[in-house]
Amino acid sequence: MSEPVVDAALAREHGLSNEEYERACSALGRVPSFTELGVFSVMWSEHCSYKSSRVHLSRLPTKGRRVIQGPGENAGVVDIGDGWTAVFKMESHNHPSYIEPYQGAATGVGGILRDVFTMGARPVALMNSLRFGAPDHPKTRGLMTGVVAGIAGYGNAIGVPTVAGDVQFDSAYNGNILVNAFALGVAKKDKLFYGRAAGVGNPILYVGARTGRDGIHGATMASAEFDEESEAKRPTVQVGDPFMEKLLLEACLEIFNANILEGVQDMGAAGLTSSTVEMAGRAGTGVELDLDLVPRRAKKLLPYEILLSESQERMVMVARKGMEDRVLEICKKWDLDACVIGRVTDTGRWVIKATPGYDPLSGEPLPSEDQKKVFVDIPVPVLTDDAPKYERPCVEDPRKQERFAFDASALPFDGKTDLLSLLSSPNVGSRAWVYRQYDHIVRVGTAVRPGAADAAVIRVFCDDSMTGTTPMPREKWLAVKSDCNGRFCELDPKTGAQMAVAEVCRNLACVGAEAIGLTDCLNFGSAQRPEIMAQFRDAIDGMRDACLALDVPIVSGNVSLYNETEGADGPQAILPTPMLGAVGLFDKPNDVVTMGFKRSGDVVALLGPVGEGALGGSEFVWTKTGKIQGKPPTIDLAMEARLQKLLVSLARRGLLSSAHDCAEGGIAVALAECTIATNTGATVSVPNGTSTASALFGEDPTRVIVSFLPQQEELVRRAASEAAVPLLVLGKTGGDSLSLEGGPSWTVYELAVAHAKALEPVVG
Amino acid sequence: MKAVVVQFPGSNADWDAMRALRDVVNVPTEFVFHKSATLPKGTDLVVLPGGFAHGDYLRCGAIARFSPIMADVRRHAEQGGFLLGICNGFQVLTEAGLLPGALTRNAHLRFECRDVRVRVESEGAFTAGLLGDELRIPIAHAEGRYQADEATVAMLEKERRVAFRYVGDNPNGSRNDIAGVYGGPKRNVLGLMPHPERACEPALGSADGKKILAAITRATLAR
Repeated sequence: MSEPVVDAALAREHGLSNEEYERACSALGRVPSFTELGVFSVMWSEHCSYKSSRVHLSRLPTKGRRVIQGPGENAGVVDIGDGWTAVFKMESHNHPSYIEPYQGAATGVGGILRDVFTMGARPVALMNSLRFGAPDHPKTRGLMTGVVAGIAGYGNAIGVPTVAGDVQFDSAYNGNILVNAFALGVAKKDKLFYGRAAGVGNPILYVGARTGRDGIHGATMASAEFDEESEAKRPTVQVGDPFMEKLLLEACLEIFNANILEGVQDMGAAGLTSSTVEMAGRAGTGVELDLDLVPRRAKKLLPYEILLSESQERMVMVARKGMEDRVLEICKKWDLDACVIGRVTDTGRWVIKATPGYDPLSGEPLPSEDQKKVFVDIPVPVLTDDAPKYERPCVEDPRKQERFAFDASALPFDGKTDLLSLLSSPNVGSRAWVYRQYDHIVRVGTAVRPGAADAAVIRVFCDDSMTGTTPMPREKWLAVKSDCNGRFCELDPKTGAQMAVAEVCRNLACVGAEAIGLTDCLNFGSAQRPEIMAQFRDAIDGMRDACLALDVPIVSGNVSLYNETEGADGPQAILPTPMLGAVGLFDKPNDVVTMGFKRSGDVVALLGPVGEGALGGSEFVWTKTGKIQGKPPTIDLAMEARLQKLLVSLARRGLLSSAHDCAEGGIAVALAECTIATNTGATVSVPNGTSTASALFGEDPTRVIVSFLPQQEELVRRAASEAAVPLLVLGKTGGDSLSLEGGPSWTVYELAVAHAKALEPVVG
Repeated sequence: MKAVVVQFPGSNADWDAMRALRDVVNVPTEFVFHKSATLPKGTDLVVLPGGFAHGDYLRCGAIARFSPIMADVRRHAEQGGFLLGICNGFQVLTEAGLLPGALTRNAHLRFECRDVRVRVESEGAFTAGLLGDELRIPIAHAEGRYQADEATVAMLEKERRVAFRYVGDNPNGSRNDIAGVYGGPKRNVLGLMPHPERACEPALGSADGKKILAAITRATLAR
């Protein structure tokens, strides 16, 4: 079979522009081979090269006293004390999940887990941030059902609890859903592993599932907009096998423990290619691979296909010289395929050999060295540091001011019924239908389950082997949460991103944990459109401001561009959605605070400024008009930092009975949720009365509803005053109703019923 | 006393059982890999943990019954040794014929993870002193619907071998609300879908499951 002729036209079909094709030719000093063209197309894709985003990403704060590994590795690593680290990352699997929801979401979970355990960490928690189209859009139900089942199917089987996440709906996601998966693991500080092909002469091993044709060009697909033909790309969606991954996980942890590896990396997007290229790039070495040795499950695979396959559950390991047999032995115990496929070299080149036409599945003997041919020979830096990098034009969306002009005070308002409809909004109410499908308690560490607080709390066992062989392991207590309000980002990307960082960290502070690190998943539309790049630029600036103000670094992340679909009125992009995953650390187990009111007679108070009652971009406006409009709230980041410090300090002193942040639906929804969580009512007087929507449902940030014992009031007041954070006592807990003084009241039961049915319109 | 937790490839609540037995109930406990031919000498209690043994391919538990360790587990049970199958372990026990019936897809067809209430319906080594108690214990399964033919269900009821029954609501459509079943020559085998090992510490929301593990510890020491 002869290979296609490589020219600029074929390069364009591979997603490379004319300039990029020229760049490849001049880097090589010749026309690339067909196989090399495939390699350029994936390595220079947006997904792998971050070519449009790199110039902006460099502005994010990534350093801090706890940071051991920032962005650029398989996952970020943060010190949690006593010789242990938290290893975490979030990643998108948007495009595949839209095309094939179950497998797309499942392999998203599988991929992010591998990113974490390749660092040497035992995965201990998963989260998922999901965005779907309008609740009544004909595709939403099927997509949501499939995505949730896919996440459950993978996470439950591998035995890592899915403890938190968030789900939102908006018509902007009709044609481009978001599936962002987060994984957290823990590793010993002195036993971290990196994706480095270090040590010239060291053997390179292939471990795990055999290679098939699935997912070829997945990275390229994820770097383009959707069109009508996208759904015909189902064959480019990978298929996951959580059982294989479980074996891979256990085998890897056993291999790591044996001290026989130099480096390890997951074969994720762009499979064998990007994993080995990146490993050589980080170590400043070269790599030589013999594709004849690669285990495969599909017949007659071409080198092109082997290199670009995204078959799941595969790893690359670089063993210490002479230790390869020990690796193979452990793989055998776990019934995993494993073999040496190449060596680390000092050439700085990425060299791929194979025998043309050879197919091990046909039973032919392994060809001799002189039958092999070089299919790829590319200097490593050409594919990594010297890949294209663009400073794309940015132009702010001119529609912004028009939307700000909307006046929400003219909307019809009835506090009594509006609160019930907000609670039953798919964006606000109970997520039980989702999280009950996830095993959120396996590994006996989930101390605060989904729905019980602003963040999940897990107890993590730190013992040397993580297999339970040492008596009474030490414990660490961590909090995790993911969040992003895309509406505020749509109206004002910079402020929206500031608020997204602030909110996710505030969620941790509400449970009593100090935020120690963030991971991001930056979901935006097409990088080719200046107004999208302006959103991206501004969102990065906003994230930067908030990270600096709150002193929280971003240690890992992922960019997903081209989340848009060609529609009748032009391109329809998603809401700019810089999703954030946050990890927090507790001082001690007793510090944990949940959102529900705990008993009758506690004092209910608002911590933080009362705010202006901003309704722009609020859930109230969305439920009334179906649109995202109005002037969004702004945030005082210095106040936010003080509030979060205060919350953590109050929790550590054991002064709080409950804490819950005011988010979608404002103070009224927050109060309702505090009563629903523990079936305990309250009588309160809300600031600014009950006669306007903005007083009840305004969404100003930096506000937290807390409750505490009356005898603690003096201490709480003093702490708030010392922290220069406003405290306003609202009332008392008790009874079976939520009563607003001078306004409506509801039984907790009726609130709970409204809350419980929120997802019914979507999933029945 | 010595307890053993069997690790099949795909077991994932093996650690949960280890933690509960070793650190909470304070029973010396070790893992045994499914490829071992024999249980350690002096094993009193064998736990088949939750998870997805062998990927649950074909049917839940259908492949695990062929794992090398299962021959010795069967011998242990037939000689009256204590054997506890939790969730996937219960599925393995029914597939291996060590308990009657089968566990099929939940009636609502979804995986379901939440606390349920179960009532202790009969006395036995795992429930001594607990008869009539209501326990709050979590479930986490997609295939937990206990099914058996009329005659088998009647036999289980008559012989009082229904160990636990769901109270309030039946989360999976099990016949007669059955959540756990006794078997073995001396009622020494118990299979149940809820996870007692995940409800042994107040920090996790309930310590009711500890009562079951403590009962089996007492029964062992009394032998």
